[in-house]
Amino acid sequence: MRLVRLFRSPEAISGLVILGLLGAMALAAPWLFPRDPLSIAGPPLLRPFQDWALPLGTDRLGRDVVAGLFHGARTSLAVGLAAAAASILVGSVVGTAAGFAGGFVDEVLMRITDAFQTVPGFLLSLALVSVIGPSLGVVVVAIALSSWTGPARIARAEVLSIRERDYVASARVIGMHPVEIALREVLPNALPPVLALSSVIVAAAILTEAALSFLGLGDPNRVTWGGMISEGRAVLRSAPFLSIIPGIALVLAVLGVYLAGEGVVESSAAREGQA
Amino acid sequence: MSAPLLEVEGLTKRFRRGGREFAAVDGVSFSMAQGETLALVGPSGSGKSTVGRLLLRLTEADAGSVRFGRADLLQLRGAALRSVRTKLQMVFQDPLAAFNPRATVARLLDDPLRVNGVVARGRRSMAIAELLERVGLSSALASRGVHEISGGQRQRVAIARALATGPSLIVLDEAVAALDVLVRADILRLLRDLQRQERISYLFISHDLGAVRSIAHRIAIMDAGHIVEQGDTAAVIANPQSKTGKALVAATPELPHARENVS
Amino acid sequence: MRPLLSIRSLGVHYVSYGSEVHALGDVDLDLQAGERLAIIGESGSGKSTLARAIAGLLPPSVRLDGSVDWPGLGHQAQNGRDIGFVFQDPASSLDPVMSVGDQVAEVAHANLDMEWPAARKLAIELLDRVRLPEPSALATSYPHQLSGGQKQRVAIAAAIAGRPKLLIADEATSALDTIVQAEIVALIRQLVADDGMALLFVSHDIALAVNLADRIAVFRHGRLVEVAATDELISAPQSTYAKALLAAHLGLDTRLEAEP
Repeated sequence: MRLVRLFRSPEAISGLVILGLLGAMALAAPWLFPRDPLSIAGPPLLRPFQDWALPLGTDRLGRDVVAGLFHGARTSLAVGLAAAAASILVGSVVGTAAGFAGGFVDEVLMRITDAFQTVPGFLLSLALVSVIGPSLGVVVVAIALSSWTGPARIARAEVLSIRERDYVASARVIGMHPVEIALREVLPNALPPVLALSSVIVAAAILTEAALSFLGLGDPNRVTWGGMISEGRAVLRSAPFLSIIPGIALVLAVLGVYLAGEGVVESSAAREGQA
Repeated sequence: MSAPLLEVEGLTKRFRRGGREFAAVDGVSFSMAQGETLALVGPSGSGKSTVGRLLLRLTEADAGSVRFGRADLLQLRGAALRSVRTKLQMVFQDPLAAFNPRATVARLLDDPLRVNGVVARGRRSMAIAELLERVGLSSALASRGVHEISGGQRQRVAIARALATGPSLIVLDEAVAALDVLVRADILRLLRDLQRQERISYLFISHDLGAVRSIAHRIAIMDAGHIVEQGDTAAVIANPQSKTGKALVAATPELPHARENVS
Repeated sequence: MRPLLSIRSLGVHYVSYGSEVHALGDVDLDLQAGERLAIIGESGSGKSTLARAIAGLLPPSVRLDGSVDWPGLGHQAQNGRDIGFVFQDPASSLDPVMSVGDQVAEVAHANLDMEWPAARKLAIELLDRVRLPEPSALATSYPHQLSGGQKQRVAIAAAIAGRPKLLIADEATSALDTIVQAEIVALIRQLVADDGMALLFVSHDIALAVNLADRIAVFRHGRLVEVAATDELISAPQSTYAKALLAAHLGLDTRLEAEP
């Protein structure tokens, strides 16, 4: 029923189609382009649509742009999803703990959240990556570190309202342990609004990863869209396609995540409105 | 005379509202015998619901003692408190609010059995079916979600959940107030029958004197945090002494033929 | 005599989860000017739907058939001017960021073409009529500063500000405790008598309805089961359902009988 409604909204459909294509690209990359995308495939600066073996041309070093695009989709999606999952997990645990425990624990956890929120997220990621060194794992941690505060605040607000509900009182009356109440009664009911944030976080994570790569702080052993745009910048006048093609991919990916996320939120809101 | 089941002494709870402190419950004392129903009646804001929540330790009291069996309820902590709670249960006004919206009937009834280890794991589904049967529901209801059953069925499930751990006292906090007229009579009848079979005591918190008259042995009338009058239900309703008691009796809507019978 | 309100074959239908729900079907009912009619029933009986259909408060997605005519008015009724509506929960029917005086005055301003100063003066008179203490001081306060019973009095003042011919009270006392409920019912009875308004009193409580209404209409599952003068309904109910409702009333002299 819920899925049916999801497929009725044109935004949701286009978002899901884009995400589906990106996912397929990411999955198919090792089969379609088994060679290292960082290896030289042909003459440098080959324009698109000249050679059907290299349909989107090559960059300054003669690397295949299509292969880069496909392998870059892997990095972007992996970093986006992993960072979002990590930040939602950390955020909802911190928020639930703060809201449920209250008092001193709440005070400490929320001041830590404040501290993280006052530092601009991108600077935080930048600092972390430049100190520890660029690798995929560090990039994921760096992005998660700058985006867990949103989910934490929302989870806390939800938990504060839920813990006053009668069903939590009822769980206490039957003798349920406080930890079980937090995990079984409170957390599952606090999650939906936190999950509604996830599309925004995934999209922001993809953009942050691209920005880090653009600044040369991405994982040097992987092709990323941000890195490709950065590479193309040096020859922006003579070969603008090198920046434009990964740029379009980036815009589409972020748009796809947003649209699909909106569609899911709307369809679940419609469901609640009817109930 | 046997020792009372519950003895409440000087129970007090203060709240802050708008910077001012006021006593929602102010030195309340009463006792209850095994198998007895005591109604706690009063206008809204009189503190009657707070008394119920204090007994169950859903809210912490500022002063007073609650002797229940051998223990002072207000002094218990952690596991000791959780184990006493098996003997002291509660049914809320709105079962939809008192149930986790994601739960099924089976899970709601399984929780108290599992948490307190009352019934071995293998026998739990049988125990759930028995509980449903005791409150007059079909065991086929077990797999339903809380949104898929009627209001009356929900309140029966709430009663079954309270019965699961074999309590000696159930606090009924406006437990029939939100129900339809015909369903309300059924639920009151169910409560009375369960009391006769198992000698459970009820603390029946209500503002509805009609419902109180039909089920309570004794009545305590509260106003502004104090018990202003208590006694045998029929006697108090026939001849209330306190101002609040008189106002409550006068305000209760009656059908004309009932009035004639009284006079 | 031409009735104030004439309802013929009224049906209310809406779509939920792809299937049509019949909230109300085949209702015929007349209301005379100045008459007090109680609509009683349990949840899902359609009693509130009827009140909202009369006041035109149903959402546009709802399908109506049959007719709601106003022979006594000669035109379709307008909320505020011809109908005053009091909802169950005054906490949500009053605007939390507008002073209660202005909320009452706004109705007079909008419906009686009154200038604001005159409307504000009228509002204070109305707050006095619904027996709120110190009405001129109270007019400047906000809903959260009032008790539930006081809020409902404000809602009633706003409902009668446009001098309507019909006052609809939709479970207007069921969120209040017994003592406050009795006070509000007494107030409604007084106002209706003073102004000669007709009253449509929607309630689940048959005893409350009996004490207030000239005539009682019993609804069940979206159908009008029985309508009769109050005395007749109590002494000789025709339908088994009305009998059951009367029997289930818990009076101050009744102990629970055994299973019927």
